[in-house]
Amino acid sequence: MNSPAENSPDSSVPAVALRGVVKAFGTGDARTVALKGTDFTASQGELHLVVGPSGCGKTTLLSVAAGTLDWESGTVDVFGTRLNGMPRSRVTAFRRKNVGFIFQQFNLIPTLDLVENVSVPLLLNDVRRREAEEKSAALLQQLGLGGKERKRPTQLSGGQQQRVAIARALIHEPRLLIADEPTSALDRETGHQIMDILAQAARAPGRSVIIVTHDPRTYRYADRLTDMEDGGIAGVYHGQALRDFVSIHH
Amino acid sequence: MFHLALRMLLGDRAKYIMLVGGLTFSALLMTQQNGVFQGLLAWTTSHMRNMRASIWVVDSRVEQVNETKALRDTDVNRVRSVAGVDFAMPLFQGVLKARAAEGSEKLIQMIGIHAGTLFGRPTKVLEGELEQLRMANTVAIDELAAERLGSGVGRPLRIGDNFEINDREARVVAICRTERHFFGYPYVFASYDQALQFAPRQRKMLSMILAEPRPGMTPEEVARNIQAETGLAAYTVPQFEKSTISWIWRNTGIPASFMTTIILGFIVGIAIAGQTFYSFVLENLRHLGALKAMGASNGLLSAMLLFQAMTVGIIGYGMGLGLTALFGFAVAENGQPPFKLQPEAILRTFAAILLISGLAALLGIRKVAKLEPAVVFRG
Repeated sequence: MNSPAENSPDSSVPAVALRGVVKAFGTGDARTVALKGTDFTASQGELHLVVGPSGCGKTTLLSVAAGTLDWESGTVDVFGTRLNGMPRSRVTAFRRKNVGFIFQQFNLIPTLDLVENVSVPLLLNDVRRREAEEKSAALLQQLGLGGKERKRPTQLSGGQQQRVAIARALIHEPRLLIADEPTSALDRETGHQIMDILAQAARAPGRSVIIVTHDPRTYRYADRLTDMEDGGIAGVYHGQALRDFVSIHH
Repeated sequence: MFHLALRMLLGDRAKYIMLVGGLTFSALLMTQQNGVFQGLLAWTTSHMRNMRASIWVVDSRVEQVNETKALRDTDVNRVRSVAGVDFAMPLFQGVLKARAAEGSEKLIQMIGIHAGTLFGRPTKVLEGELEQLRMANTVAIDELAAERLGSGVGRPLRIGDNFEINDREARVVAICRTERHFFGYPYVFASYDQALQFAPRQRKMLSMILAEPRPGMTPEEVARNIQAETGLAAYTVPQFEKSTISWIWRNTGIPASFMTTIILGFIVGIAIAGQTFYSFVLENLRHLGALKAMGASNGLLSAMLLFQAMTVGIIGYGMGLGLTALFGFAVAENGQPPFKLQPEAILRTFAAILLISGLAALLGIRKVAKLEPAVVFRG
């Protein structure tokens, strides 16, 4: 049976909905509660930034929303599919199809060339190698990396590597794009180029982009912004409130 | 995804060379030492291939072909009278002293065979005629004897050359090719009666009796009959080989020594391959975590690691076996050290290398199975 995420193009369904999520690490005296009954909603067609001081639970929230981390209580829905109680293998399969990842350190495999790196999500989704590589080369071209398809990641600048990582995250057309500090390792100009690409990706129908960031330069790209503090939500901003927040913090 | 697994492996050139090198060394050590050990064991039973007979009759206390407990001369006729025996011939074997041309003394393996039938004769005669052994003071020598006893004249002995055995003159009438013996002594063949004259006199001189079964009867049946009717021990060739090798295992440190080296080869393989592959997995853990986050299942990642480990295993095995074969060809010329590579040993080494590769992969698989995909978000 297909999950709602695969069937429903209903744009009113939240991309991600966390309700009363609790997640703690460690036991006994060493137990640290990272999410304290957190509620979080990301809508389709939006670029959603999650900000807050270090250790406030941003990355934990992102990991739970992406289905890469188990939680203790509360509910997690991604495009209407409830992840609670889903067997791990099904969560993995769900992630494979519906989620794209962009990591702070790019996490490109250094021994593979760019086309091979970008092909990975397609190959994981059983696309034939030749087709996957053709598609990957075309996307790299679109992202301004034409002619560099057979280069290794280490032969590129940081900004180019992040563009390859974005190509890898988008290649299988996932509905949810998760990015962890995508501009922290980049200079100002390159950071803006990357945010432009991500903002454009968020506008695709039925897609949502959630970005965890410390970088105030990225705030102006947000459609919605969640400010976290001490494992909870300090505020959610959009519209005029968001513009005020940006002007105060930028 | 498997071609990407291969690219990841080959991309880390240093680790790849280390892995293949370790497994090559391990495979080489296991097959080469096994080959030398099997060659050495084969030497212990070379009598049976140099003097071919279906049934070997010895004193009941004798357990191996190189051991001699003299029989009575009348035992030959007792064996001949056993039902199913086609014919039976006496054999003398003993280690004697020979004097080379320059005066130095060498030990030789003297074999005395029945003069009438020459039963027990060497299989390949290179020069001369064995029939001349029926003449007085004549011997047939193998190539090793020709070389060792000819050291004083600066060339191997030839047909017609003389040397002394226990102060008796011996004239070479044939040169033959034999399989080398475990003790390293060269073979010298003479007629049975002549061999008794060369050997120091003892009360009983008959070392063994060689027999053949009648047509229609198996060596096993006839050996059983001989044993039952004479009380002597009678072995077929496979039985005597097995008994001889079993004796070597029980009474010498040779197998333990070789086994230790072979086991060390296995351990070295595990140590190098395991440690290097584990380090390869650790270095790629971030990327494996990223693959896991992107939806690669534990099963797929385990299969990729296993594929990588098996690839280096098979390449290392192939190279190790190739080097062993080169060693085999190099020593085949002079037969030193002995070398016999059996198909079972090749298969056993292959299984051992696959096991090493599997264990190396297992270390990585355990690590990856426990890896949380969320680890990639933690910097």
